Amino acid sequence: MLEVRGLKLTLNGKPVIDDLSLEVKKGEIRGLLGANGTGKTTLANLIMGISYPYEGSIIFEGHDITRCTISERAKKGITLAWQEPARFEGLSIRDYIKLSRNLELREIENYLWMVGLPPAEYLNRAVDVTLSGGERKRVELASVLAMKPKLAILDEPDSGIDVVSLPHIMNGIVEMSRQGSAVLLITHGEEAVMVAKRVSIICAGKIINAGPPEEMCQWFKSNCQTCDHINIPSE
Amino acid sequence: MVVVREYEEILEAYDKAGGDQASLKNKAIASLIVHENRVLKANEVQGIRLRSEQKENGIIAELSVEEGSKIEYPVHLCFGVLPKEGLQEIVLKVDVQPNSRVSVIAHCIFPHAVNVTHKMDAEIKIGDNAEFSYQETHYHGEFGGVRVIPKAKIWVGKRSIYSSTLTLIKGCVGLLDYDFEVFGEEKSISELTVKVFGKKEDDIKIAERIHLNGREARGLAKSRLVLKDNAKAVVMGETYGNAPFARGHVDCMEIVDGEGVIARAIPVVYVKDKQAKVTHEAAIGSIDKKQMQTLMARGLNEEEAVDVIVRGILG
Repeated sequence: MLEVRGLKLTLNGKPVIDDLSLEVKKGEIRGLLGANGTGKTTLANLIMGISYPYEGSIIFEGHDITRCTISERAKKGITLAWQEPARFEGLSIRDYIKLSRNLELREIENYLWMVGLPPAEYLNRAVDVTLSGGERKRVELASVLAMKPKLAILDEPDSGIDVVSLPHIMNGIVEMSRQGSAVLLITHGEEAVMVAKRVSIICAGKIINAGPPEEMCQWFKSNCQTCDHINIPSE
Repeated sequence: MVVVREYEEILEAYDKAGGDQASLKNKAIASLIVHENRVLKANEVQGIRLRSEQKENGIIAELSVEEGSKIEYPVHLCFGVLPKEGLQEIVLKVDVQPNSRVSVIAHCIFPHAVNVTHKMDAEIKIGDNAEFSYQETHYHGEFGGVRVIPKAKIWVGKRSIYSSTLTLIKGCVGLLDYDFEVFGEEKSISELTVKVFGKKEDDIKIAERIHLNGREARGLAKSRLVLKDNAKAVVMGETYGNAPFARGHVDCMEIVDGEGVIARAIPVVYVKDKQAKVTHEAAIGSIDKKQMQTLMARGLNEEEAVDVIVRGILG
């Protein structure tokens, strides 16, 4: 479904994505595991069209989307849940969830239940600073679920959230796969990546290993957590 | 016959302004409808007294809420000028007596204005332990030929709550010169909010002043503006902490989306009691990039994304 071929991007003259190739198959959860500053978010941005590579291509369902805009990619069925999602003053959760398509109230409520947010309490709240980090991420996931994307890129949905929110978020990701979406699950948390079918490990903008989650988590612990490789934070 | 026609036209324009004309017809709801300097309808309910006096270019209206009265339905006020030209001067005197509660929804309607001036001078006195909220929504035409000059002084009694919102997001603003000044007594809560969508050649001046004169008085001066084309705006949010434990905040956000836009914010925070605290935040800038990207990642195009963000801010 998604083929990333030989992507290259430099920042201030230094490579942040370095000849990176990756494939995500239809309906699968593909884990992308990497330490801070290894290029995970940069890759997510490249796939979503927030930034563009200077070399390489992004193929989605057989079409080259490397130069497509964010909206064009979204219309093809790709979406992204940010690591720190934006806040919107005056925009209700109800309206936020149905941004991508017309939904009945009952459907919106279902998506909120899927991420463990009681609709009566949350439907009319704003997607603003009054939500905690965990609540905001759960709302983001509900909004992605509601879009029924062909490919959802989830950038560290598990980072910086409370222990209550984590299982709801993981349930949401599994539900997404169940409803037919492919998921690129970007994380540096080994627990979260266990829901993936296959996991790739990224370091210095390159995929350096790939395999089943248990094996890759073990490999990540042994190699990446003790690695002195200098990574470049992209933001 | 003329009055009947004016009344019907005002009701029609009232609907377009976002009002519900059924509220103006409902006898259980206090209301006052004024076209230019003529009172077309006035309805009192128990606990509310409404008096009006016709002047050459407007009216003097007095709204009084009896002591201890909790008014169930909002009082509806409608001020309009239907012709292309006109001058309307409203003198509004509000007396909210102690232990009472009322809210007022006002609509100001100038759908065909080419050269219309609407002035309001209000004095609002809120007794102790009372609650008064005032929401004013404007509906202007697309010609931008309106000068709106609302001035108000509001005295908020001990342990009382006052809130007001001016919304001017339909049609062109024209010229807006808004000046509301609040004086808050002990443990009072005062909140001033202004939401304006300026476009074309609109000229907007907003002054929100809150004097926290009583111990533990609290106040918020909030403004939300979106400016396009050649609109210009200056927002002065002032809060004065004059008493122990007074707490105030000035919150101004102006979104600029046009080559010819000029936006200014002048927050004033003043404290003369060492136990008072007043803060401010003012942000002027273009639409947030991350918000845009988020909405576009849900399939909205650029224009639709801007619209969602603006509608949220101006609510």
